[in-house]
Amino acid sequence: MTAPALLALALAASEPAAIRIASKKFTESVLLAEMAAQLAENGGAVVERREELGGTRLVWEALLRGDVDLYPDYTGTLLREILGMAASADEAELGEALSAKGVAVTRSLGFEDSYAIGVRRDVARRLGLRTLSDLGSHPELRLAFTDEFMDRTDGWPALRDRYRLSQRGVRGLDHDIAYRALLGGEIDATDLYSTDAEIDRYDLVVLEDDRHAFPRYRAVFVYRADLERRSPEALAAIRALEGRIAAGAMIAMNARARFDRVPAAEVASAFLAETLGVRAPVSVAGLWTRLLRRTGEHLALVAVSLTLAAAVALPLGIWAARRRRAGRVILGVVGVVQTIPSLALLVFMIPLLGIGARPAVTALALYALLPIVRNTHAGLVGIAPELRESAQALGLPPAARLRLVELPLASPSILAGVKTSAVITVGTATLGALIGAGGYGQPILTGIRLASTSLILEGAVPAALLALAVQGLFDLLERVLVPRGLQAEAPRRESAP
Amino acid sequence: MPRLPLNAIEVHEVVKRFGEAAAVGPVTLSVASKTTLALVGPSGSGKSTLLRLMMGLLEPDEGEVRFRGEAVRADDAARRRKMGYVVQGGGLFPHLRAGENATLVARYLGWPRAESAGRLQALASLCRIDEPILGRYPAEISGGERQRVSLMRALMLDPEVLLLDEPLGALDPVTRTDLQHDLRRIFGELGKTVVLVTHDLAEAAFFAHRVALLREGRLLQEGPLDELRRAPASPYVSRFLEALAQRPEPEVAG
Repeated sequence: MTAPALLALALAASEPAAIRIASKKFTESVLLAEMAAQLAENGGAVVERREELGGTRLVWEALLRGDVDLYPDYTGTLLREILGMAASADEAELGEALSAKGVAVTRSLGFEDSYAIGVRRDVARRLGLRTLSDLGSHPELRLAFTDEFMDRTDGWPALRDRYRLSQRGVRGLDHDIAYRALLGGEIDATDLYSTDAEIDRYDLVVLEDDRHAFPRYRAVFVYRADLERRSPEALAAIRALEGRIAAGAMIAMNARARFDRVPAAEVASAFLAETLGVRAPVSVAGLWTRLLRRTGEHLALVAVSLTLAAAVALPLGIWAARRRRAGRVILGVVGVVQTIPSLALLVFMIPLLGIGARPAVTALALYALLPIVRNTHAGLVGIAPELRESAQALGLPPAARLRLVELPLASPSILAGVKTSAVITVGTATLGALIGAGGYGQPILTGIRLASTSLILEGAVPAALLALAVQGLFDLLERVLVPRGLQAEAPRRESAP
Repeated sequence: MPRLPLNAIEVHEVVKRFGEAAAVGPVTLSVASKTTLALVGPSGSGKSTLLRLMMGLLEPDEGEVRFRGEAVRADDAARRRKMGYVVQGGGLFPHLRAGENATLVARYLGWPRAESAGRLQALASLCRIDEPILGRYPAEISGGERQRVSLMRALMLDPEVLLLDEPLGALDPVTRTDLQHDLRRIFGELGKTVVLVTHDLAEAAFFAHRVALLREGRLLQEGPLDELRRAPASPYVSRFLEALAQRPEPEVAG
């Protein structure tokens, strides 16, 4: 496939044709989104799934931009974290505030999933912990929370202020890893969701929120108001879930997905059949189908971003080699881009380009710039002065010197730069899944969420193999593209000055 | 008496500075058409710099270099094609075969294939390069062959003047003697204006009608070698000539 075709493919992925249903990257969110997707499909709609996006803010921005049509969230989160309203605001006020932004919510799906703080039962017993107030008298406790909880206005800041907690060195952890740390005794308390299956499974004690720091977190679907006009039937089908999911049922579903490793689609479909009598066709793709699709997505991400990067980096590198001062600035700026953490760069792209392949490709291309610019610059600057002088003396104008002499001489260095970029991009592209770009990052994300090593490997192994393949491909390309006179183990020229 | 030949190259009050100190100049010098001038002098005397100024590879800070009466500008690619230039070591492009090196500019100018092939063949026999050598990469041929191919490249467009920077500087004695004789024959056959930089006074005497002796960027004396011997402009000139005369094989250095 050619680069333009891949680009078209990547861009086509973000065309608004279907209902786009998203989830955040925790199991309950994935399950609820899957139920909505199956109901919508059952109602005849075409659904595009955007699973496991990187965080609340990210999904919310995507909803506002129109990259996402519907996703599950919780009233407390909407009120406090997204709208910054008082915890006491009621549903009517919430609805008003949302509709001002062109967004609507369903009624409660039937359960609440509150933030809660959990500790191990033996620790609770030993220290006599029962309520969150009790935390205040144990400043030595080691606390660790999910990164989102640390930052959210309804999270740790609210908790700390309400209970005047004085624990220091509170750490940020991934939710799934926090459980392992808690069980291993490396931390004493962490934030939980009240419907987490782990609470029962690991016999954790949930500390009572006796001063009501947390608002109520009723599960709802949040959607773009224009969905009522665009797909009324699908929306009606999804709304059939209102009031139908009991907290116990949700906990059981979370347990099936988390502990029994049942695919989300199957868990969701079983619940829909049992509760609503809806028989949604489930197609859980086999390993090879999944692998093929993700390989396609991943290759497209890498190929398009690398092509873009080369198209920009080559002229930049040439310019940098021609003008010394401009060169320093260019190399500096490109170097700074490289120091932005890749996850941050991906997220920076969201307000500009939304979610999906487009922002991922842009971020990856920015990342791929440095090796190509630097090697182009180094290759050109490193040309021996007597060769540069000979080309000038022959009476070739600058453009012809560049094309006929300088670029061919620099080609081994330039190609090495492109190779480095390609291999790095194969790895970095796995992060694209966090903003809905798919690829090998998707099973890695799911694997982390479900603590499933086999799923993580399902993404990591092909990514590593692809990196090796890319390396091999470029070794071949070098043989084809680098002029033969530069490949031979050239004997040292005795007259080199 | 034939008419006095026109000057092909005139160097007028030229000064070139690198940093604070003047590397060359002020120098005034002219090269008559169809004659050979050797620039001699110790290392660092500015001979190569003067050659680059003549070629327009360097711009003078003061003064002017004229080629056929017109000021030489650094960005004039068309003028450069009327001047052939051979750097020390040959300066062949390693990514091109020997033949491709020689015909590079002809190809850029869009010469018909047959024409440039014919020219290449003529030059190969003039410079005594065997056909198979033309198909090899510079790394695959000897130092003397590289120098000959470099000369072919410089002669491809039949330039009026030929500037050579130590063309024999780094060759073994046998190759060197061979090439010396060939070069003199070629210069004579083609009737070009030639300026060449050399360390070697014997070489200068062998090739050149006139010799220009430089020291620390200044021109000490210019004229036929006999004249320099007979009537040295300063004690240094005779010392330099004597010192070189006692050394049969001058050092090889840049």
